[in-house]
Amino acid sequence: MIKKAFKCAFPYTVPILTGFLFLGISYGIYMRALGFSAAYPIFMSMLIFAGSMEFVTATMLLSSFNPVGAALLTLMVNARHIFYGITMVSKYKQVGRKKWYLIFGMCDESFSINCSVDVPEGVDKGWFYFWVTLLNQSYWVLGATSGALIGSLLTFDTKGLEFVMTALFVVIFLDNWLKEKNYISSLLGLAASLACLVLFGADKFLVPSMCVIFLILSLARPALKKEVA
Amino acid sequence: MTLTQQLITIGIVIAVTIFTRAIAFWLFPEGKKTPPFITYLGKVLPPAVFGMLVIYCLKDSSLFSQTHALPELLSIALIAVVHVWKRNMFLSIATGTVCYMLLMQFVF
Repeated sequence: MIKKAFKCAFPYTVPILTGFLFLGISYGIYMRALGFSAAYPIFMSMLIFAGSMEFVTATMLLSSFNPVGAALLTLMVNARHIFYGITMVSKYKQVGRKKWYLIFGMCDESFSINCSVDVPEGVDKGWFYFWVTLLNQSYWVLGATSGALIGSLLTFDTKGLEFVMTALFVVIFLDNWLKEKNYISSLLGLAASLACLVLFGADKFLVPSMCVIFLILSLARPALKKEVA
Repeated sequence: MTLTQQLITIGIVIAVTIFTRAIAFWLFPEGKKTPPFITYLGKVLPPAVFGMLVIYCLKDSSLFSQTHALPELLSIALIAVVHVWKRNMFLSIATGTVCYMLLMQFVF
């Protein structure tokens, strides 16, 4: 049963294998370029396991100590997971104790696969979800670890490598855009954030942006409700 | 930051990340119906959050800086072209990043 679910799950994770190795290696090198020891990217990739947040955490570790700010920023960057959770509440039922690992490892990619794939008849759903999640996390940790260790041997100029994070979000945004029926929410996200960035400045614009987005989407519910149903 | 402060910061990030992933499962346990407003938000919020994260990444770029944010804008334009053409997330990310690195290292 476990083996069968593995064989079924693995092919779905191959694109993530490519991507996570590249991004993970970039993350490992990035951390070393910032002056951290290899232990940081290795343990952070294993325990935080939220790609973008790991990059953000690196920046936080280099600024002054601010635990409340760290909690708020994590909450904001990872707030989308709350909605992944809402979506997966029904799918992750009756999978036993594996559920807690599925929740811990629910990154964008594992969520996307487990949410969209119809698990074939005769394959145990719980184990399928488990393998997708575990394989994806393994790729990420393997990438970050290799990047961290190879990073010290590589001599090429890593200037500009930090753009991999921007590229990641641009692609997620764009990929979503190409699937959308209307672009109201996408445009709102860009416009509200840009306006708040201009008004409040780079250090303080995230909270106002979230509030504006939440408020407008709440008020627009009567109009948008039908479109997303 | 001292090592202890760094470990506390990382610990907070781990705890809050787990919190964001687990809260729906605590609030809406097996066998209970999810309120319609939450379901609605779950559907409309993600695109806006992605847009916000794009702006978040670009928050330190300025049109009035030495490079006029040209490396960023050119790389994003290339990502858009490659992504619409090939629809391969990781190819798009790799192309955009390499483009940005080349621009930063050899052009600007």
